[in-house]
Amino acid sequence: MIAALAFYAFAAVLLASAAMVVSSRNPVHSVLFLILAFFNASALFVLAGAEFLAMTLVIVYVGAVAVLFLFVVMMLDINFVQLREGFQRYLPVGLAVVVVLLAELAMVLGGWKMAPEAMNLRFAPIAANTSNTVQLGKLIYTDYILIFQASGMILLVAMIGAIVLTLRDRGLTRKQNINAQTRRTPADTLVLVDARSGAGIGELGIYRPKAPESVAAAHDEHHDAHHGDHSSAGGHH
Amino acid sequence: MAFLDRTARTFLLAELASGMALTLRYFFKRKVTINYPYEKGPISPRFKGEHALRRYPNGEERCIACKLCEAVCPAQAITIEAEPRDDGSRRTTRYDIDMTKCIYCGLCEEACPVDAIVEGPNFEFATETREELMYNKDKLLANGDRWEPEIARRLELDAPYR
Amino acid sequence: MVDMVLEFLKTPFGILVLTVIKALALLVPLLIGVAYLTYAERKVLGAMQLRKGPNVVGPFGLFQPFADAIKMIFKETVIPSGASPALFLMAPMLTFGLAMIAWAVIPVNDGWAIADINVGVLYLFAISSLGVYGVIIAGWASNSKYAFLGALRSAAQMVSYEVSMGFIMVTVLVCAGSLNLTAIVNAQKTVWFAIPLFPMFIMFFISTLAETNRSPFDIPEGESEIVAGFFVEYSSMSFALFFLGEYANMILMSSMTTILFLGGWLAPFQGTIAGELFMLIPGPIWFILKVCMILFCFLWVRATFPRYRYDQLMRLGWKVFLPFSLFYLVLVAGVLVFMGWLPHAA
Repeated sequence: MIAALAFYAFAAVLLASAAMVVSSRNPVHSVLFLILAFFNASALFVLAGAEFLAMTLVIVYVGAVAVLFLFVVMMLDINFVQLREGFQRYLPVGLAVVVVLLAELAMVLGGWKMAPEAMNLRFAPIAANTSNTVQLGKLIYTDYILIFQASGMILLVAMIGAIVLTLRDRGLTRKQNINAQTRRTPADTLVLVDARSGAGIGELGIYRPKAPESVAAAHDEHHDAHHGDHSSAGGHH
Repeated sequence: MAFLDRTARTFLLAELASGMALTLRYFFKRKVTINYPYEKGPISPRFKGEHALRRYPNGEERCIACKLCEAVCPAQAITIEAEPRDDGSRRTTRYDIDMTKCIYCGLCEEACPVDAIVEGPNFEFATETREELMYNKDKLLANGDRWEPEIARRLELDAPYR
Repeated sequence: MVDMVLEFLKTPFGILVLTVIKALALLVPLLIGVAYLTYAERKVLGAMQLRKGPNVVGPFGLFQPFADAIKMIFKETVIPSGASPALFLMAPMLTFGLAMIAWAVIPVNDGWAIADINVGVLYLFAISSLGVYGVIIAGWASNSKYAFLGALRSAAQMVSYEVSMGFIMVTVLVCAGSLNLTAIVNAQKTVWFAIPLFPMFIMFFISTLAETNRSPFDIPEGESEIVAGFFVEYSSMSFALFFLGEYANMILMSSMTTILFLGGWLAPFQGTIAGELFMLIPGPIWFILKVCMILFCFLWVRATFPRYRYDQLMRLGWKVFLPFSLFYLVLVAGVLVFMGWLPHAA
């Protein structure tokens, strides 16, 4: 009884928040309702006894993906009035798309044939005494190992692709080399000079400690590059 | 060898550990906090605190209304009016210090030929209203009466250096 | 009479009442602990800076947390005119609520968890990954630049460190062979995981610092750069809830470290004579002692290190912790398989 009540409560909130996702005027509110929807979906998973899936849903979708959604939506400066301008004009096209999609869905569902043992399997999804984490692991890493690994590879490719597309060094940024910084010792950079009392640095001929050869060369190069930047910038003006 | 040493230091977080060791040593050191309203730090005899107008031991006020302090005051915080008293001596009828203007430079004290205006040791004279910080002659004389023993002692201690 | 009570506790309503009592028994000491953590922080930081810390309210300043609480309650709640009020008020409640509900699965002693669920570690991980929402919503709803910058920093930071934290947890799970927190603690009866997995232990500790936005990773607050970050606009009880949530999260993360690496409620040196003596002290005491030790390290680190710069923080998370934890995970799994030490090796 309590489980059924909980199910209807979670399902109602899930549907309501899903409706709010599409109808909410503020996109940030939309994303927040989306999070609520995810959350209720995971609660439904818990009720169905799939606690591993429930927690994974929260960790992956709510904890990471939705954060990035929110991140993007908050940064965007969207003009809602402009966005809604074409609503009337594009309504027929939208409706046509909806009709096509519905027809396709109906065809797919109409031609769906359930496996004969599916109905029975539904009633005993997991063996007793083992948590569904173990069950899931046993399935994923035996029967479905190839599919599982393939999906992992696809994600890896997507990740590498994103990095390749965005990682380009245009030489405009100055990067910190932490290794070089921590490797420095006082002996490398510090020269102790015994100055006569009353003698200025001009008199002693030491405006600054003499740099090691290699460093001095690198410094000159850097200076040149910098100079070049300046002249090109001047050209633009 | 230096490379090995450096790598080992990096991976063993040697710098972080030495930093933490330092703070841990300080954790057990004696604390230097002074429990302020109950304990106070020492004050130099030259400390420039709240102003006071002094009197001679016979009760006669020292100030002769020469207005040197008024003239020297860089913040123009002092206002003096003077006229001869019944006995013919020259005295102030008004001696005001605007403590909100005063910068506690001590030049009034330096300028005074008779050691009448002094800056005493008191620094706890915070008030609730601005008006209370407009000191008049009565307030300054009252300060002088209240702090005279300490002011006299301070002048005595500082005398060798003047 | 006793029978009647026992009978009542078996009915659905009775179970509810019992759970509420259990939750209160855990949360009330927890909140007192949070109050005294703020006091301990001020004392420890003071001591490390050669100061005395609060010592006026009550003996040794022991009533200071309550004085602070009363001050907070009587302040005015300010809602900025450009803010979105519902979200603005929801954010601190969310932060505080999440810090509290995570405690449902923490076993303080063998079988003392309110909900001893199979996926306890995942639950904790999920709840701690939700913590970022309080910060983001607060930053966005305040309609203030500083708050927004704080929220953005926090979002990126918490998501980054969760990744390496996840790998570190997986390493522990591989060794324990269970996602249940009680089972993880019981798997440490021979040796605490902090010893074979010492580098993981250190990295986990540092990641929890980043996850709770504590110094030296407190860039979402960053007083010297963005005033107070995501909670600039908050005052009164809404601020107090953020404060309580942050400190409750610290305690939560410390107990998580205790459970995963320091053997939870288990007494040290089991199997030796000293161990037998230590066994006389009850488990919860050991648990609290270990948590306190890690909390002291939180404060100690805060007193020692300067704040990380944002890009350095990201570099540490993605370029140091992530590869290193991944490497160590593979290493640990390899050793376990090679030596045949895998739990549940059927």
